Amino acid sequence: MIAELGLAILWMAAALAVLQLVAGALALRPQGAAMLGVVRPVAVMQGILVALAFAALITLFVTTDLSVKLVAENSHSAKPLIFKIAGTWGNHEGSMLLWVTIMSLAGGFVALVERRLPEKTLMATLAAQAFVSLGFYAFLLLASNPFARLPQPAPEGAGLNPLLQDIGLAFHPPTLYVGYVGLSIAFSFAVGALITRDVGPAFARAMRPWVLGAWIFLTIGITAGSYWAYYTLGWGGWWFWDPVENASLMPWLAATALLHSVSVLAARNALRAWTVMLGVIAFSMSMVGTFLVRSGILTSVHAFAVDPARGSFILALLAIYIGGALLLFALRASTVTEGARFAFVSREAALVFNNVMLCGILGIVLLGTLYPLLTEAFGVKVSVGPPYFNPVAAIFAFPMFVVMAVGPLLRWKDDRGGRIAPILAVPALVAIAAGGAAFVAGVRVLPALGLALGAGLAIASLLPLRGRNLRRTPLPIWGMVIAHLGIAVAALGMASESAFSTETLAALNPGETRQVGPYALTLDRIDPVAGPNWTALQATVSARYDGGDATVLLPQARVFANPPGTRTESALKTRWNGQLYVVLGEEGQDGRWQMRFWWKPFVPLIWLGGLLVGLGGLLALIGRVARDVKRLVAVDKIAFRRERQGR
Amino acid sequence: MKRARFISAATLALLLPLAPLAAQDSLPPAPYAYRQLPDPAQEAKAQALMETLRCLKCQSQSIADSDASMAGDMRNEVRTRIAAGEDPEAIRQWLIDRYGDYVSYTPQVKPLTWPLFAAPGVFLGFAALLLRGRFRRGKRANAALRKDKP
Repeated sequence: MIAELGLAILWMAAALAVLQLVAGALALRPQGAAMLGVVRPVAVMQGILVALAFAALITLFVTTDLSVKLVAENSHSAKPLIFKIAGTWGNHEGSMLLWVTIMSLAGGFVALVERRLPEKTLMATLAAQAFVSLGFYAFLLLASNPFARLPQPAPEGAGLNPLLQDIGLAFHPPTLYVGYVGLSIAFSFAVGALITRDVGPAFARAMRPWVLGAWIFLTIGITAGSYWAYYTLGWGGWWFWDPVENASLMPWLAATALLHSVSVLAARNALRAWTVMLGVIAFSMSMVGTFLVRSGILTSVHAFAVDPARGSFILALLAIYIGGALLLFALRASTVTEGARFAFVSREAALVFNNVMLCGILGIVLLGTLYPLLTEAFGVKVSVGPPYFNPVAAIFAFPMFVVMAVGPLLRWKDDRGGRIAPILAVPALVAIAAGGAAFVAGVRVLPALGLALGAGLAIASLLPLRGRNLRRTPLPIWGMVIAHLGIAVAALGMASESAFSTETLAALNPGETRQVGPYALTLDRIDPVAGPNWTALQATVSARYDGGDATVLLPQARVFANPPGTRTESALKTRWNGQLYVVLGEEGQDGRWQMRFWWKPFVPLIWLGGLLVGLGGLLALIGRVARDVKRLVAVDKIAFRRERQGR
Repeated sequence: MKRARFISAATLALLLPLAPLAAQDSLPPAPYAYRQLPDPAQEAKAQALMETLRCLKCQSQSIADSDASMAGDMRNEVRTRIAAGEDPEAIRQWLIDRYGDYVSYTPQVKPLTWPLFAAPGVFLGFAALLLRGRFRRGKRANAALRKDKP
């Protein structure tokens, strides 16, 4: 009953999306004023209906209704409640429904609160948004119905992949989806502004919170995903340049570029065409990401061929949206002027430079991710991995760090390099000292450069605060400073991890001790333990830092029954100067236990940096939205007063 | 006594699911799969190479990051050969000859991968062109801005 209801509601929501598209398009005609009142309520209603459909699917998963195909294939009655709920989006159909839910809720929210844009531009925006979501409705309803029933209810569900039964991963996909969807809203704004030829500061201010919001969620999503991979995969790696990771990195890179250019557009009315173009690119990247992850093309072209309907569907959507947007851009580009001019040495110029560098990294990641698929078409399977991505991305990233240090100190429009050179002497000296020390210590080139630039940037990123009254510094400035500091901190963590990690692999009998870095580790004993739906072997390891008191670490090797699978549960001990990482492996032939120990100096800085970047974005968003709300309230008051005086 | 028996029965029940998994790897594991080379310099060399070789059984993990038994065998192979004094690139080539280009995370330079290596240069050139256009216009704007100033 609930499944049928959910499906019916989903069809109704899709019908409303059609209405939203048609009414929005009609409202653009000179005589279309009658349609203006229709679009907003329809957009809100559409959002509410999809949310209801998604709630229906969650209900099916919570009650483990095994007559529903999706539940039977992905859930299990003996799973903890939180993972039953998370299982709703831990599969193809559910995650697509989640995508369309977030998207329609966001569209409804835009319809409710957006007041800055000219009415026609907003109508065009909402129509574009309906157009995008229609593709996903079609995909859900025609190619991947989440509410399909089984002819016979299954006796028991197949369960959820043990790797996914982790609280971090339960909330990882929704976080990324919010980011992707935020970019789709930014895309709709860009299309709306192109249609009405209204690309200017008002459009930039309306679009900015969505870009910022999307970017915050992507930042947090990527950071959390990286930490999840770090502690569950059990080998101490934190970034693998895996296509799935790249699929989330590419929209982030585009969103970072877009975020900075939209700020230039809002503040200076410059970079109009560039901003619109980046809006299109950012959404394209989130679609490419969805395509890569959802089509199954990643494991191999052949896995894609097993179920070509889905992959082709997303590919067709990709072509329609991106092709259409690019066509519109080409048609309208001549009418969108670049806007206000600026000199070579100016804050705008620095932002443009870094935008181009970000696009360079984006291009490299995109090419490297897709290249194996290309060569597979020629019958050769190649791998493109860290040895390619790390140095090649660094070609673009390192100059970008330098300009990041300089840019925020420059004035808008026109400046002289000589003015800020004395201010930058300190960070420059720090960078040279750090790089020199690393070089002398025998650190390889890339990590040494990373340490130098990270240290210099960390100091330079604080310089915009000099001479300011810190209490009266606007939140967006704080946001920028903290986000840039976060990038420097993350870079330091990455460089330090790569330069200074030490590893010890050991086969130990209980009672034996091994050294890793500053830690002496003793395997005390091995015990069996049990959880709600797993059993495990648990090692008790005493860790002594520099001969100090013992800390107990409890790494586990877990075995899941439904579906069968294993997972290593690494044990971590975090100190201010690094992290100890302990993994329990298998029992050897001679009865000794395989243990893996790592000491990774300053590795937590990677994720601390990521969180700082997200926090910076959040502060900027709060500052911007607070100002918008203040302005809205003031405008309303004036309107109210005028109305009273008129009476 | 009774309690002890209960505990051992419970332990056995807990461990039972492990049995079929253990059976898969009934061959004695390769000696250097989970053991480091005694010489730190050699181990570092082996580690650097292992990080650039793909585990063929996993999704996107290097053999240095994998628990798959095949990755263990490959680690053993790499460490043994490094200890015998073989050149890392020769070992990579040997593995490529056996398993194909797919096994190496470092793409090999050959006609099929030229675009991959040309890309950074092409992108840099493109970026330079884009920025130069800006710069030229910027220079003119500069002159105009300076002229406007009193």
